[in-house]
Amino acid sequence: MEEVKAKIKKFLSRFFTGHEFQADEDIFALGFVNSMFAMQLVLFIEQEFQITIENEDLDFDNFRTINAMALLIKRKIPVVAGN
Amino acid sequence: MKIELNPQQKNAKATFRAFVDEQIVPYADQCDREERTPLNLIQKLAQKGYLSAVIPQESGGSGMDMITFGLLNEELGRGCSSLRSLLTVHSMVAHALLKWGSRFQKEYWIPKLASGEVIAAFALSEPNVGSDAKSVETTATFSGDSYILNGQKKWITYGQIADIFLVFANCEGKPSTFLVEKNTPGLTIAPISGMLGVRASMLAELHLDNCQIPQENLVCRQGFGFSHVAASALDYGRYSVAWGCVGIAQACLEACIKYTSQRKQFGVYLKEHQLIRQMISEAIANIKAARLLCYQAGYLKEIGDPKSIIETSIAKYFASTIVNKVANDAVQIHGGNGCSSEYPVQRYLRDAKIMEIIEGSTQIQQITIAEYGYQEYLFSAELTEISQQLVGT
Repeated sequence: MEEVKAKIKKFLSRFFTGHEFQADEDIFALGFVNSMFAMQLVLFIEQEFQITIENEDLDFDNFRTINAMALLIKRKIPVVAGN
Repeated sequence: MKIELNPQQKNAKATFRAFVDEQIVPYADQCDREERTPLNLIQKLAQKGYLSAVIPQESGGSGMDMITFGLLNEELGRGCSSLRSLLTVHSMVAHALLKWGSRFQKEYWIPKLASGEVIAAFALSEPNVGSDAKSVETTATFSGDSYILNGQKKWITYGQIADIFLVFANCEGKPSTFLVEKNTPGLTIAPISGMLGVRASMLAELHLDNCQIPQENLVCRQGFGFSHVAASALDYGRYSVAWGCVGIAQACLEACIKYTSQRKQFGVYLKEHQLIRQMISEAIANIKAARLLCYQAGYLKEIGDPKSIIETSIAKYFASTIVNKVANDAVQIHGGNGCSSEYPVQRYLRDAKIMEIIEGSTQIQQITIAEYGYQEYLFSAELTEISQQLVGT
């Protein structure tokens, strides 16, 4: 999980320059979330962790913090492995 | 690094080119003049599996890779930008449903889109809403087991003949997306004519007056209609349009090569005049550069790289601006003939201008690309390191 969180943190740091992210920090509260960022975040998670973000995963709470994203990824990875 | 089409892609390009030369080019000027696309042309696209380019084979589609899809857009764009725009919007809706649709929507609609039995249109723009797409004024309210839609949509490509519309609306403060069938009570479709370019794309204005649709027609979750459904569909649209621009520019170049090799002025063929050669060389270089940007975007799309989004924006920006230069020069080279309906270059120029406006205007792309530049370069730790190394050398 720590490796997953580190990868997400590195990705986010490209958009929030100079900001040191905490794992439970609300990224939406920082005020820089536009559609391009949202799409890139989906593609990043899908490509980096080889999962597919689907309709039912689209809940703001799943993407609000690094911890939340890591939990979403953790939930989805076993499903992929099970296939 | 190897930038080369594989054998399948080369074959596909040759097939697309032959189809366009035989089935589309002879009719494109007529379609432009009559401001309509004959149904049989659309059926031919469907029969060849071109309308299902982005739909996987297991869902009845052609399952093209992104480069092959790009090549199809280039070739269709070379022949007729209106038909290319049909491929664009149909593919955008198919992609939106494949990515964000419910299981029912995928199982019910995707096979119909794949076969061409159903034509889809993308309904985002409104009379008061263009670039500021997040501010749509169309509303959706939930009532019983239905949504009630009210508002207007404008400039809807192939809206005159589409069977379903992907409609974007504000649902109690949440940007949301809905599928609306053409025969839904409360939906009125009014044709738009007299446009500058892409004149055969059968634009329409939609009037939604207490238009009641089942709740199952909500696509994706409420609140994600713009950030995810529209944004990812528009990303596909930009990719398609970028390639379409390459196609128009290529058509201009080929027309100019032919014309300047056949027409004489001052006792020599036009191609012997150096100022003509300057325009030809600029066109060749610009087209090759635009095509390479499209290849780059397509490759990144194929591997699902997050950078594909900005690279697509850059490709669309560059291709849509150079095609205007190339088409403008093409008309210039053709002189009076270029301004006549007897030659297609005037159509190319009119179509080229539309490319700078649709799927994010040139200015919107510039804002996006500059934002990316500041994010990527100005504060980049790696760049700072490189800069320091350069200063130190």
